[in-house]
Amino acid sequence: MTTALVTDRAIQIIYLISTALFILSLKWLSSPSSARRGVRAGELGMLLAICATLLYRGIVDYKWIAIALVLGSIIGVPLGRVAMTAVPQRTALSHAFGALCVALVGTSEYYLRAPHVPAFMMAVLSMEVILGSLTFTGSLMAAGKLQEVLPQRPITYKGQNVVNLGLLAISVGLAVILVLNPGHTRLFPLIIAIPLVFGVLMIVPIGGADMPTVISLLNSYAGLSAAAMGFVLDSKLLIIAGALDGSSGFILSVIMSKAMNRSFTNVVFGAFGQVQPAAAGVAEARTVRSATAEEAASILGAANTVVIVPGYGMAVAQAQHKVREFYDALVKRGVDVKFAIHPVAGRMPGHMNVLLAEADIPYDKLLDMDEINPEFPQTDVALVIGANDVTNPAARNYPSSPIYGMPILDVDKAKTVMVIKRSMSPGFAGIDNPLYYLDKTLMLFGDAKAFVGDLVRELAGA
Amino acid sequence: MTDIIGNIYVFMLAAFVGFEVIRRVSPLLHTPLMSLTNALDAIAVVGAIILVGEHKSGLATVLGTIAIVAATSNVVGGFLITDRMLRMFKASKTKKP
Repeated sequence: MTTALVTDRAIQIIYLISTALFILSLKWLSSPSSARRGVRAGELGMLLAICATLLYRGIVDYKWIAIALVLGSIIGVPLGRVAMTAVPQRTALSHAFGALCVALVGTSEYYLRAPHVPAFMMAVLSMEVILGSLTFTGSLMAAGKLQEVLPQRPITYKGQNVVNLGLLAISVGLAVILVLNPGHTRLFPLIIAIPLVFGVLMIVPIGGADMPTVISLLNSYAGLSAAAMGFVLDSKLLIIAGALDGSSGFILSVIMSKAMNRSFTNVVFGAFGQVQPAAAGVAEARTVRSATAEEAASILGAANTVVIVPGYGMAVAQAQHKVREFYDALVKRGVDVKFAIHPVAGRMPGHMNVLLAEADIPYDKLLDMDEINPEFPQTDVALVIGANDVTNPAARNYPSSPIYGMPILDVDKAKTVMVIKRSMSPGFAGIDNPLYYLDKTLMLFGDAKAFVGDLVRELAGA
Repeated sequence: MTDIIGNIYVFMLAAFVGFEVIRRVSPLLHTPLMSLTNALDAIAVVGAIILVGEHKSGLATVLGTIAIVAATSNVVGGFLITDRMLRMFKASKTKKP
């Protein structure tokens, strides 16, 4: 064998090892005890693959590669150091970067190969560019909404779905023309530009509560576009990495939509925000019971079991560290404290778990919906902090409710329910929550962080 | 001529493997899962490196360089934040006396 052949073989074998490391990386992530080993495996696989690629003998110039690698690392470090509350928008931003990379490489490949592009190649190349482009702008929009630089309220207009589907259909139509005749180089910019516009319009009607599903969906698109790039470049490593990312995003999207009792199409094409609060008049007529921090603390301190239900409101108020102090105060008194995490609590899958783990709350106290729901009937106090719709019993009881059928945390089955809330205004979806009018519910009005702080003080003083 | 059918097999099997492996990831770790898969997905950087290194056209070099920057920032940032998050997950101390 010549040295060139030996190098090629070596590169292929290193790619094979990298692929195995990537799969092991995800396998080890399944449990918190082995998860960090998973990150190490992923890092090693990545390092090996990049080094092997640099050996590729077709490379004639290293200057720009080196500059780009250094620049990327410089940008990457601050992106790895963002605050935990900013993780959802950071994740959306990284989907955008991944998609950008794929779309740019696809574009270059097309212009290098046109007009001699075989039909299958042109088909996957089009898919790569279309998915990459729409994921790029879609993810940027999602990041902007999460960072609150863009309006978070869903924006809807008449014929929105027709416009969006029309744009997508036109892109696919143009791709078909390019597959039939790859020489139409003037058409190619359109299958970049139209999906770029589609990506923006796709996220315009999406509201905050739908973000976990949408981020997962964008994750899946980013993965699929990378897999398509693998087909174009005939790289099994890329196909596998893309397929893993794509299936991960897909699984998360399915879990998130199930947790909201909605289908993908319903999330993408039916904005939640336009729902009219059906019974606003009735709501005003009903009364609620409220309590002071002192009263609440005496009930909490005397309880045997307390379940805390955190929601996005806790993240907004940055209350997780105060919640930790509160948890400590109760545990010191011998109270059994657990946390109930709804799959769509927060703005991305697993958002609440990360925030609470950051505040040093042991992860075995964080229980997901299926684990905690059977425990609510034996719970003395369920304390809801900044969550609303995921605790709304209307989802179980009123078929007319817009969220009917959505799986919820059964906090209304606890002996006493406490809800920390700024005011009686309805939640994101504008849906009234009958939980607040139950006889066993005490409303604790105030800012989540301040109120939990008061509770801690009362518990310490008593 | 590339082996299209072979690559489709690879894609299909990888999707099944991904499905089985990721289904087992606890909901507790869904955020780190997303940031880790995102970092792994940035393996697309190898395609961009070859594109830039081969220097076949000015356009390819410019677009490829931007692509490397974007993907590398995902690699570095993605692994960093995943590890930071996972370091925070601790079990109860009471379990080990």
